[in-house]
Amino acid sequence: MARLFARNETLVATILLLFIIVTSIVDPSFLSVPTLFDLLRNGLIMAIFAIGVLLVLISGGIDVSFTALAAFAMYATTKTLVETGVEGSMALALAMSGGIGLCLGLVNGFFVGTMRLPTLIVTLGTLSAFRGALLTFVGSQLISNVPDGMRDFSRTMLLRGTNADGYFYSLPAAVLVLLLVVVLTWFILYRTMLGRNIFAIGGSLDSARRIGIPVTKVQYFIYAYVGTISGIAGIVHASLARVANPFDIVGLELSVIAAVVLGGARLQGGTGTITGTLLGVALIVVINNSLITLGIPSTWQNIVIGLLILLGTGVPAWQARRSGRTE
Amino acid sequence: MAKTSRIVSSDHRHLLGLAALTVAIFVAMSLARPGLFLTGANMQSMAFQFPEYAILALAMMTAMLTGGIDLSIIGTANLSSILAALAMTALFPTGGNAVAVLALALLVGLSVGCLCGVINGLFIAGIGLPPILATLGTGIVYTGIGVVVTGGSAVVGLPDSFAVLGNAAVWAVPVPLLVFAAVAVVMAFVLNRTIYGHSVYLFGTNPRASRFAGLKNGRLNMTTYMISGTLAALAGLILISRANSAKADYAESYLLITVLIAVLGGTNPYGGVGRVLGVVLAVLSLQFLSSGLNMLQVSNFAKEFVWGLTLLLAMSVTRIEWRRMIDFSGVGRGRSPNAATGDKP
Repeated sequence: MARLFARNETLVATILLLFIIVTSIVDPSFLSVPTLFDLLRNGLIMAIFAIGVLLVLISGGIDVSFTALAAFAMYATTKTLVETGVEGSMALALAMSGGIGLCLGLVNGFFVGTMRLPTLIVTLGTLSAFRGALLTFVGSQLISNVPDGMRDFSRTMLLRGTNADGYFYSLPAAVLVLLLVVVLTWFILYRTMLGRNIFAIGGSLDSARRIGIPVTKVQYFIYAYVGTISGIAGIVHASLARVANPFDIVGLELSVIAAVVLGGARLQGGTGTITGTLLGVALIVVINNSLITLGIPSTWQNIVIGLLILLGTGVPAWQARRSGRTE
Repeated sequence: MAKTSRIVSSDHRHLLGLAALTVAIFVAMSLARPGLFLTGANMQSMAFQFPEYAILALAMMTAMLTGGIDLSIIGTANLSSILAALAMTALFPTGGNAVAVLALALLVGLSVGCLCGVINGLFIAGIGLPPILATLGTGIVYTGIGVVVTGGSAVVGLPDSFAVLGNAAVWAVPVPLLVFAAVAVVMAFVLNRTIYGHSVYLFGTNPRASRFAGLKNGRLNMTTYMISGTLAALAGLILISRANSAKADYAESYLLITVLIAVLGGTNPYGGVGRVLGVVLAVLSLQFLSSGLNMLQVSNFAKEFVWGLTLLLAMSVTRIEWRRMIDFSGVGRGRSPNAATGDKP
C-alpha cells in the first residue's frame, strides 16, 4: 500500500479524481461528455508536447527548445503553403512541419550527441536561436488565411452531437494525432531495443556507453523524434486555432515539463511512464478548467499548480529520503 | 596539486577568452557606429540597462556553483518587489523622506527575497527535491502569490523618491551600476575569502567529499538559496524603480537569459566552477552586442538569434577545456541533471 502510494501515478490519479469529484458536486453538469471533450481539446497540444518531453527526461536530458522548434515548423510550413498557393491536404502540412521539426531536432542532437554539451544549455541556446531565426528570417506577421487543408482538418470531427441538456459537443479528429503519437512512443519505449537503450542512457550514461550502447546515435534519434513530434504538435495547434501566430506556443515549455514531472518522470533520468505523463497533463488541464467552477478566482491558478508540483514531487522524495534510499 | 593548477589555468583561459570577446565586440561596434556607440550617452544608457540582468545572473551563478539551479529568481524578484511596492504605497502614499522610502523598500524586498530563498532551501535540503524541480515549483507559487495580491494588475503610484534606485546618477554614474558594483565586490569577497565560499566550491565539485570533509551540505544549500533569493529581490527592486510600477509578470523572459549569462561567464552547471568576473564579462559582452546591434538597426528578434548562437558557439569552443574539468571533478557524482558527463575523450 505504501509503495503504491509512493508511486506518482497513484498520487496524481488520486488528486485528479478528488478534483473531478469535488467539482462535480459543486456543479453536476461538469461530469458530462461536452466537458470531457472540451478538456481533451484544451489538453491535446500540451499532451503531444509532453510525450516528447517525457522521452528526453527518460534519457536523462531536458529540452526547453521544443516550443520554439514547434513555432518555427508550424509557421514556416503555413507560410510556405500559403505563399506557393498549395492548398494541399492536412497530411502534406503534417509531413512538412514534422520534417522541419526533425531537421531542427537534429541540430539539438548534434550539440548534445556529438559536441556532448549539457542538454539544458544546448536547448536554451537553440530556444533563442530558433525563435530568433523564425522571427528574423521567416516572418513575424500573423497568418490568418491558413490553407484549406488545415482549415478542413479543424472542422473534421470524429463525433458530434447534443447531450440531454442541449449542450453541443464534438471531438476533433486531431485527437487521432495524439493517439498515434502515444501508441508509437509506447511501442518505441517498451517494445524495441532503442527504447531500452533510451532508459539505459537515462539510468547511467557512462554504464550505457561501456556496455556498448551507441549513445550518440540514440541521442540523435531522441532529439530528432522530439523535434518531429513538436513540429506536428505545432501544425495541429495552428490548424485548430485556424491561425498561424509566430509568437504562439513559446512560453509553454516550463508548464509542459512541470506536467511531465508531476506525472512521475524523474529529472535524473531513467524513470517515467506514458500513463503518468498523460495523468500529469490531465491534472493541469482539469485544474485550469475547474477552479472557476469551484469558486476559486482564476488568479489562484498558479499557486494551486505550483503547490501541486511541490506536493506531487515532494511527497515521493520525502518518502524516499525517510526510507533511507539514496537518490 | 597538478590538478588544481589545471583547474585554475583552465578557468583563467576561459576568462581571458571572454575578455577578448568582450573587447572585440566593443571595438567592432565602435568601428561600425563610432558616432553612436562610442558616446557618453550610449555608455550611460548601457550602464542603466545591464545591472538588473547582471544581479540576476549572479544569483543564478551562486545557485549553479552548488550544482543546482534557481528557476524561482524571477518569481522571487517580482513577489518581493510587489510587496515592497505595496508597503511603500501604503506607508508613503504622498511620497516622503527618500532615505525612509528606500530603507523600507530594501527592508521589505530583501526580507521577502531571503524568505523565498529559505523556502527553496527547505525543499532542497530538507525534503531532498532536486533544485531544478523545487525552484520550478516555488517559482510558480511565488508568481502566483504575486498575481493574487495584485489581482493581476500593476502596482502604481510608487513614491517619487524611490525612482532614485533605478534612474538617478551620481556624477554621471548610474545608481544601478553602483549597486551592481557593490554587489559584485561583496559576492567576490564572499566566494573567494570566506569559509562559506570555499565550502561552496568544494560542495559543488563533489558533494560526497564535502560531506566526508565534515561540511554541513544542508546548511550550505540553505545559505546559497538565501543569497540567490536576496540578490533576486534586489534586482527586482531596481527593475520596478526603472519601470515605476510592480507587476507579477515582469521580466519573465529574463529567466533563461540569466542562465545563458552565467554559463557564458564560465559557470559550470554541474557545480564547483564559476566566477563573479566571468559573469561581469559575459553580461558586458552581451550588452555591447545588443546595444551595437540596435544601432545597426537589427531587430530584437535577430538579437535573440545572435544570443543563442553565441551561447552555442562559446560552449562548443570551450568544450575541450570544460570536459577536462568535468572528467575529474564529476567522477562518481551521478547526480547531475544532464546527460553530458561522459567518459574520457
